[in-house]
Amino acid sequence: MRPLPALLLLAAFLGAWELYVDLGGVTPLVLPPPHAVASALFQDRGLLWSNLQTTAGEILAGMALAVSIAFTLSVAIHFFTTVRVAVLPLLIASQTLPIVIIAPLLILWLGFSFVPRLLVIALVAFFPLVVTTLDALEAIDPDLIKLMRTFDASRLRTFRQIELPAVLPGLFTGAKLAAVFAVIGAVFAEQAGATRGLGYLLTIAVNQFLVPEAWAAVTVLSLFAIALYALITLLERRVVPWAHHTKGKPA
Amino acid sequence: MPAKGVTTTTIEAPKQERQAVAGGGLVEIRQVVRSFRGKRGEVLALDGVSLRVKPGQIAAIVGPSGCGKTTLLELICALQKPDAGTISADPAALMPQRDLLLPWLSALDNAGLALRARGASRADARAQAAPWFARLGLEGFERARPYELSGGMRQRVSFLRTLLAGKPVLALDEPFAALDALTRTEMQAWLAETLAGAPRTVVLVTHDVEEAVLLADRVVVMSPRPGRVTADLQVPLARPRHRTDPDLVALRAEALRELGVPE
Repeated sequence: MRPLPALLLLAAFLGAWELYVDLGGVTPLVLPPPHAVASALFQDRGLLWSNLQTTAGEILAGMALAVSIAFTLSVAIHFFTTVRVAVLPLLIASQTLPIVIIAPLLILWLGFSFVPRLLVIALVAFFPLVVTTLDALEAIDPDLIKLMRTFDASRLRTFRQIELPAVLPGLFTGAKLAAVFAVIGAVFAEQAGATRGLGYLLTIAVNQFLVPEAWAAVTVLSLFAIALYALITLLERRVVPWAHHTKGKPA
Repeated sequence: MPAKGVTTTTIEAPKQERQAVAGGGLVEIRQVVRSFRGKRGEVLALDGVSLRVKPGQIAAIVGPSGCGKTTLLELICALQKPDAGTISADPAALMPQRDLLLPWLSALDNAGLALRARGASRADARAQAAPWFARLGLEGFERARPYELSGGMRQRVSFLRTLLAGKPVLALDEPFAALDALTRTEMQAWLAETLAGAPRTVVLVTHDVEEAVLLADRVVVMSPRPGRVTADLQVPLARPRHRTDPDLVALRAEALRELGVPE
C-alpha cells in the first residue's frame, strides 16, 4: 500500500507532538496539542472552507500570472544578452525584498484590493519558474538549432518546434516549487492587507490567542499546498510524458 | 590567410556516371581556411582545403579526431563562413552525429520535421514521411516515441528526416559511430541501398575507413589539425560491395597507410 509509510510517519509525528504538549513540555498557548487543532478544524470547518476558497483563488491566479511572466522573461533573457545582463541581477535582487516591506507599498499604490495580493504571490512564485525555464532553454542542444537551420526553418518555426516543447518540463518543475512558495506568499499578502482568506484568519486568530484555530488554518493551507503539488504532478504526466523517458535505454 | 608552402589537393571527380540529383548537388570548396578562438589562442581547424564533389557522388572524409571534419560539414551546410577561400555548394541538409530526435514527437513526426520546418502542415508532413517507413524497415513504428526505438532505428529516422529536407546534398556526420558493430554493418548496407534508390550528393564524415571504402566513390584523407587534404583515393568498385573483396581490402589498407596507421 503506497500511502502507508506516509500515514505511519504522520501518526508517529502527531503522537510525539501530543505527548510533548501533554507531558508539559510547553504551554498550549505556544503549541496546542493535535487534538485541540483537530477539534478547531472541525468546529470552524465552514469558516475555513469559505476562506480557503478566497486564498485558493488568489494562489491559482497568482501562479497563472507568475507562469506567464516567467515564461516571457526567460525567453527574453535566453535570446537577448542585453536583457540577461540588465534584468537577471534585478530578478535575483527582487527575491531578497521582504514581503513585509513590499506588500504595504503595493497596497498604497494599488489600493486595498485583490490586485496587490496577486502581485505578492506572483513575485514569490515566478523566480523558481524563471530559473528552471532558463535551465531548460539552455539545455537545448545547439546542434538541434543548426539542424533546423539546414532545414531552412525560420527562427519562429524553430522556436515552435524546438524551444517551446523543450521548455515544458522545466516549467513544470518550476511550478512545483512555485506552488509551495505561492502558499507562503498568500499568507504574507493577506497578513499585510485583507479582509478574507486563510492568511487573514490566521492573523486574527494569533492576535486573539486562538492558537488551535490558527494551527487549524495552517493545516488547511498545508493540505492545499499538497493538493496543488499533486495536481501539477498529474498535469505534468499528461502534458510532458516524454520528460521521464528521455534517459530510457533504447531496446 | 592561407599559410605559404601549404600543399593542397584539388580533386577531380571520377568518370563514373550516376543517376541525376534533383536541384544540382555540386559541392565546390576552394582553398578554405577556418580558425577558432580557443582557450589557448587561435586554433587553425582547416588550412587550405579544396574539394570538389560532383553531383551524385558519395565522398567519404576520413581523418583523425580534430582534423576539422565537422567544421568542413558545417561550412558545406552554410552554418559557418570560411575565414578565407570560397565555397559554392548547392543546398545541403545535415545529419548530426547523435540522432537528436525530439523526444516529444513520434517517429513519424520526427521524420517529417524538415517539412514542418518549411511550413508544411502536420498532416502533409505525415503523408510525405509515411511511405518511407516501409522502405526503411520502420513499418509499424510510426507512432513510437524515440525512446522506444533501437539505436539503429533511431539512426534511420534521423536519416529519413535529413533526406526529406529535399536538399540535393546530404552532409552526414559520423552517422553510425554510436552504434554497435553488428548494427553498424546492417546500417551501412541499408544506407548504400537507400542512396542507390534516392540519389544525392553525399559528403560522409567517418573515422571508420572500412565504412568509407564500402560506401563511397572516393575517400578523402585529412591530416590532423590543422586539417588539410593529404590523399584522395578513388573507389572504382562495383556495388553491392563486400568487405571481404580483396580490392576493397587493398583500398582500405591504402587509406590506412595514408592516415599513418601502421599495419
